[in-house]
Amino acid sequence: MHKLLTDRPGEKMLLLGNEAIARGAIEAGVAFASTYPGTPSSEISLQFFQISQESDLHFEYCTNEKVAVEVAAAAAICGVRSMAVMKHVGVNVAADAVMTLAYVGVKGGMVILTADDPAMFSSQNEQDNRYYAKLSGLPMLEPSSVEEAHRILPYAFELSEELGEPVLLRTTTRINHSSGVVTLGAMRPRVTRGRFTKDPLNLVTVPAVSRKLHVKLLEHIARAQALSEASPYNLVEGEGPWGILCNGVSYNYVKDALAELGIADRVRILRVGFSHPLPARRIQEFLRGCEKALVVEEGEPYLEEAAKAHAQEAGLTLPIRGKAPELFSRLYELDPATVRRVTARYFGVADRARPAVDVSDVPPIPQRPPTLCAGCSHRATFYEVRQAAEELGIETVYPTDIGCYTLGLLPPLSMADYLICMGSSTGTAGGFSQVSGRKVVSFIGDSTFFHAGIPGLINAVFNNHNFTLVILDNGTTAMTGHQPHPGVDMKQLKLENYGRVSIESVVRGIGVPHVTVIKPYRVKKSIEQIKEALSFPGVSVVISQELCVLYAKNLKLPRGKPFRVGEKCKNHRVCMTRLACPAFYVWNDRIHIDANLCTGCSLCAQICPEHAIVPARETAEN
Amino acid sequence: MKTTRLVIVAVGGQGNLLASSILAEAALIENVPVRMSEIHGMAQRGGVVESALLFGPAHSTIIAEGEADILVGFEPAETLRALGKCHRESTVITNLAPLMPFTVNIGLGVYPDLKRLQELIRAKTARLIAFNATALAREAGNVLAVNMVLLGCLVETGLLPIRPESVQAAMERKIKPDLLEVNRRAFAAGAAAARQNAA
Repeated sequence: MHKLLTDRPGEKMLLLGNEAIARGAIEAGVAFASTYPGTPSSEISLQFFQISQESDLHFEYCTNEKVAVEVAAAAAICGVRSMAVMKHVGVNVAADAVMTLAYVGVKGGMVILTADDPAMFSSQNEQDNRYYAKLSGLPMLEPSSVEEAHRILPYAFELSEELGEPVLLRTTTRINHSSGVVTLGAMRPRVTRGRFTKDPLNLVTVPAVSRKLHVKLLEHIARAQALSEASPYNLVEGEGPWGILCNGVSYNYVKDALAELGIADRVRILRVGFSHPLPARRIQEFLRGCEKALVVEEGEPYLEEAAKAHAQEAGLTLPIRGKAPELFSRLYELDPATVRRVTARYFGVADRARPAVDVSDVPPIPQRPPTLCAGCSHRATFYEVRQAAEELGIETVYPTDIGCYTLGLLPPLSMADYLICMGSSTGTAGGFSQVSGRKVVSFIGDSTFFHAGIPGLINAVFNNHNFTLVILDNGTTAMTGHQPHPGVDMKQLKLENYGRVSIESVVRGIGVPHVTVIKPYRVKKSIEQIKEALSFPGVSVVISQELCVLYAKNLKLPRGKPFRVGEKCKNHRVCMTRLACPAFYVWNDRIHIDANLCTGCSLCAQICPEHAIVPARETAEN
Repeated sequence: MKTTRLVIVAVGGQGNLLASSILAEAALIENVPVRMSEIHGMAQRGGVVESALLFGPAHSTIIAEGEADILVGFEPAETLRALGKCHRESTVITNLAPLMPFTVNIGLGVYPDLKRLQELIRAKTARLIAFNATALAREAGNVLAVNMVLLGCLVETGLLPIRPESVQAAMERKIKPDLLEVNRRAFAAGAAAARQNAA
């Protein structure tokens, strides 16, 4: 049985934040869950995926976040408790649905989880999704800890049903990827089937209906405001002349800072966990008792600006500060030491913490950036595209997309010139080809193609652009942990009742005039095929098919036999300087291949001008 | 009870997250408050994996520069890279067997000298325990048990509010039965290394 289905209320369990969130949702009786995978949210969906295989929970990996919100919204309007899980930038994709879903509302509780990523551990930006709550009018909850993330889920579903609106639940990486001890609660039974009641004058958003619905939304916001004022998740602690307003993980850093500075008895804290609508009256009451206040929040000055506005309305003139050059930055994430230091400075108390050791005389340490795995087929495809362009003598631009292959950015591959978001490779390729006068070759992964790449390709066919799109089809969503996507053969995972969408059929169906499928480990043939595609005037697509090596290992597929550098090696190191496969290492000034890392893809063997790289037989060793 | 802050750094694949979760589980067994965080975005692709464990009353789940009471490094260059997490009273435990970063292999950097590395750490912190944990893991029967060697060493120092028996119990919960024996041997070898250092 899945550990998150353990039916022993009161038992303590050490859980990852994302497991705690999934458990909280299960306790709340979530019956329908959907996602597009994205770090730092991915493990929540993984739990749902696993649980759905041994229970009546319905779970879907969706093509993108917009679809994930739409399927869950339909379940919720039928009265079924639903949850859509995504990373912060996923909400951008879902935003069209979210904004008007706020007008239409829900019947069964619905939670939309946005996992924000301050400091961008694995994201292209660090946008602060609290503004989505303000923009849409939807209520937002923000836990401060793993334990609270678990506890807040049942509250979120109840709040959603009370208001008839989906609830935005915002976490940050430090909650998703922290672990804490959670006390299990009772599990509410799942209700998996609902009833749809036709009500087009409230559910079909033509302008005449939406004009009414916006009025209703404003009423809901007013009710949510009242609930926020009384919510146990907006809590005031302590006594004293100084005030700190905070949210999320910042609350933990504040608590630790006050204890270490020894000023816990001089500071009162307003921790905001119900952050839209903000509890205006409670903020005013709180500020009324303070001589000066500090706002401790990661990202944008969301709380700070609201606190200043509410103070103005109440005629309060105390200093309220937060984001400033000498205080907190809008950049990256906060940490306990920064919060302690700024708190000490702002309130004028001594910070007696031991300083960090001085590392100014530590010699530079070589970087250890993540890199494409040994045997990764993307390396082969990148090499072949570069080789094809060189042989044709053409200047190229390489827009890329979001996935493992973005690592092609690094030298020596250097196969990434432009990236903004999921799917941007296909749209931007059209613009580059129109104005740059260079051959444009775009890269996109299989899952990303389904997610947001298809409209750009259709646009290119319709507007008669001239570029080559290389679809790196490694049979899984590799970057986020090998989640399925519509092109995956689910039978390989021993899962029935799934369809399968062929990328080649989609591309041909769109009407792309030149389509080639390559096997990237056949180097010579692939280069010839890519040269043909690059020479085609118009839209051409190259689908490079080879299973992700890590995924193949997970599926326990037979692994290739390793290679070694043989006696014919003349040490010119073309393999190292062109491919930089992590299975290579230098020892005694010669290149060697780590047999434990080599997957036997034979790419290096095929490009070695001396044919010096040969299969490592049983007797041979490095 | 005061808070003890532990940072563990490793290269992806060295078993940092398992070691961390065993410690956290052991704390749960002993009813010691524990919080943990990890950054493992691209661990499978050769990057650095860092975890932070806070035992005691702290609310935070991360450890800032200068806050770590103990730094354990599974790879010497990574230990040195994380040295800024320490203060002058910190204890540092490090493996001395390098895993060459790929950047060094392609000529984009020079691996730090191991003797100098130890001198630097020793000069800046209260105590350094440095040994070849990889070799001890190999002797114990599996080079992948390097995480248990370092865990054994850490627990033996007595710096954590956790008894070795609880860690053993947590290992039983977290490690597959057929791998338990070799991991126990590795744990014992690490503990012996700590005693040797103290002697």
